[in-house]
Amino acid sequence: MKNGILRHLTFWKIIGAIIVGFGLYSTYLRVTLGLGATTNLSDNFPWGMWIGFDILCGVGLAAGGFIICAISHIFHIKKYEPLIRPAILTAFLGYLLVILGLLYDLGRPLDVWHAIIMWNTHSVMFEVAWCVMLYTTVLFLEFSPIIFEKFKWNWLLNIVRKISTPIMMLGILLSTLHQSSLGSLFLIIPTKMHALWWSPLLPVYFYLSAIGVGFSVIIFESYLSARVFNKGLEMNLLTRIGLFSAIFIGVTFLIKLIDLTAYGKLGLILANTQESILFLAEILIGTLIPVAILLNKKLRETTHWLYISAVFIIAGFMFNRLNVSITAISGINNAGYFPSIYEIGVTMMLVVLGMWAFGFAVKYFDVFPVEEFEENEEDEILRPDQKELLAED
Amino acid sequence: MQKQKGLLFDSTMCVGCGECSLACKEANNLKKTSSDPLRDQLSADTYTVVHQFVGKDNEEIYSRQLCMHCINPTCVSVCPVGAFEKTPEGPVLYDESKCIGCRYCMQACPHNIPRYEWSSNYPRVRKCILCAHRLKDGLPTACAEVCPTGATQFGLLEDLKKEAAERIKNNPDTYYPHIYGLNEAGGTSVLVLASVPFDRLGFAKNLPNEPLPEYTGRALQAVPVVLSAGTAFLGGMYWLTKRKNQIAKEENKEN
Repeated sequence: MKNGILRHLTFWKIIGAIIVGFGLYSTYLRVTLGLGATTNLSDNFPWGMWIGFDILCGVGLAAGGFIICAISHIFHIKKYEPLIRPAILTAFLGYLLVILGLLYDLGRPLDVWHAIIMWNTHSVMFEVAWCVMLYTTVLFLEFSPIIFEKFKWNWLLNIVRKISTPIMMLGILLSTLHQSSLGSLFLIIPTKMHALWWSPLLPVYFYLSAIGVGFSVIIFESYLSARVFNKGLEMNLLTRIGLFSAIFIGVTFLIKLIDLTAYGKLGLILANTQESILFLAEILIGTLIPVAILLNKKLRETTHWLYISAVFIIAGFMFNRLNVSITAISGINNAGYFPSIYEIGVTMMLVVLGMWAFGFAVKYFDVFPVEEFEENEEDEILRPDQKELLAED
Repeated sequence: MQKQKGLLFDSTMCVGCGECSLACKEANNLKKTSSDPLRDQLSADTYTVVHQFVGKDNEEIYSRQLCMHCINPTCVSVCPVGAFEKTPEGPVLYDESKCIGCRYCMQACPHNIPRYEWSSNYPRVRKCILCAHRLKDGLPTACAEVCPTGATQFGLLEDLKKEAAERIKNNPDTYYPHIYGLNEAGGTSVLVLASVPFDRLGFAKNLPNEPLPEYTGRALQAVPVVLSAGTAFLGGMYWLTKRKNQIAKEENKEN
């Protein structure tokens, strides 16, 4: 059995190495030949998969970090504490990868620092750039105690602990701003976007769905980590997280439904165009199926169903971001776009690098809580004051 | 606004000779891209083109494509590093020394004008500059100067608006009754007249009269509100829930 697991891991390591190898080759081509030779971008379609996936999905999927901070440090619901570190680690790595991905997409990556000194406060992109810069710093500070603990740098640890509350608040505010602003980026192209996705409420949708998917990412990584690193699963916490995820995803959908109805766009859903089909797929995968699973108490409390619903929500979220950035724009502008093999290669490499970095961090730092959480019984985990809280809600 | 220059392109007067696109290349030192200017496309080396269209009685219509030099340009508003500028004389200009290559200007332009040097390793955004260098010397744009029929006319924007309205009024049978660029997305410094609806000549349709930067402007106006309300909310919740936990703890001790 142990041998089997070992072989299994080695197999995935080989796959990962191949992906990274091809990603490095793509990187070499991107650096030496430029955007034109390595991507399928064009004057008619200047933003592709690196914006749609690496940035829009990357930032959204990293939302778990600020959500869990808000829950445990602002709302003081302490029982979610075991989930904080992995969520912050995911967010921190996620943002590093987003920045790395951005450097591939920028035509002049070495000039990226211009955004620091050349300001245009009318630009949503400018706001996003600053928020991402600041929030990545915040995430580093939030993650740093884990590093300082490891190396016993107590004086640094003390400083970071002292400023932790305002830092967390800042992180939540910055996340609120740029998670929604990624949607605002598209507000300025009402005539170049399909009406099923363009809406003045885009920033609201982006914000709410990021929160929804952030919860699901927490479930997803807890489940996988439990298997890979042989840790216990905090099912009692995750079930509740699953419900939160369903609520945010469901509310996003309801607002969208009212929005489409109010502007008389409902007919577009059944227009049987490429857009309408992909819109329906997005709603079915990302909303209807997982919300139906999660609203069922029995299914929600079953580990694998909870995991499956999280996978659906994450897939649907990515579907949505790619629809907004690609489907909604390519058809209307007659710009058939499908990412090139090198665009895909780089993106896949970034994902693998993220997984490797996560694995590395978990191995060498105390990211996951120690053994006491392996038991699922609440009484053993919770201190009396927490039991009190639990009884209240 | 008073001295803002512009162009009036009257497609009913255009014969499709393509001189404008050739003169543009010369005035802006652009590489030759096609032997037939009518089949050329906008590119990093081509700032303007003339294309042939067919009217409802199968008559030939020629129309130009070039940067519209919006009054309140989308590109100026979206550029994160402020590489675009609407000059008081009219041209919308791009400063390549600031550009980081995010291509938001291209993504956002309602007229789909900016082009990119895709094959370069240090690419620039390229588009018509309304011959800003010639305007400085008191000259008209190269395209207007060379136009043999007067289809492209250079002048003060206010004068051109009046001229365009006059033409429609005096020849209602010739013109589709609309001046394209008067109000489109807040108005442009390039005005167009035609005998058919403008979307048939490749011009962007359904543009709102409101400048597009207003759309994102509203979202950005919410930033200070979100920050202050968010801080108050988070601070309040922090204090409240902490207090609640404390009371719960104390009560627990007493019991």
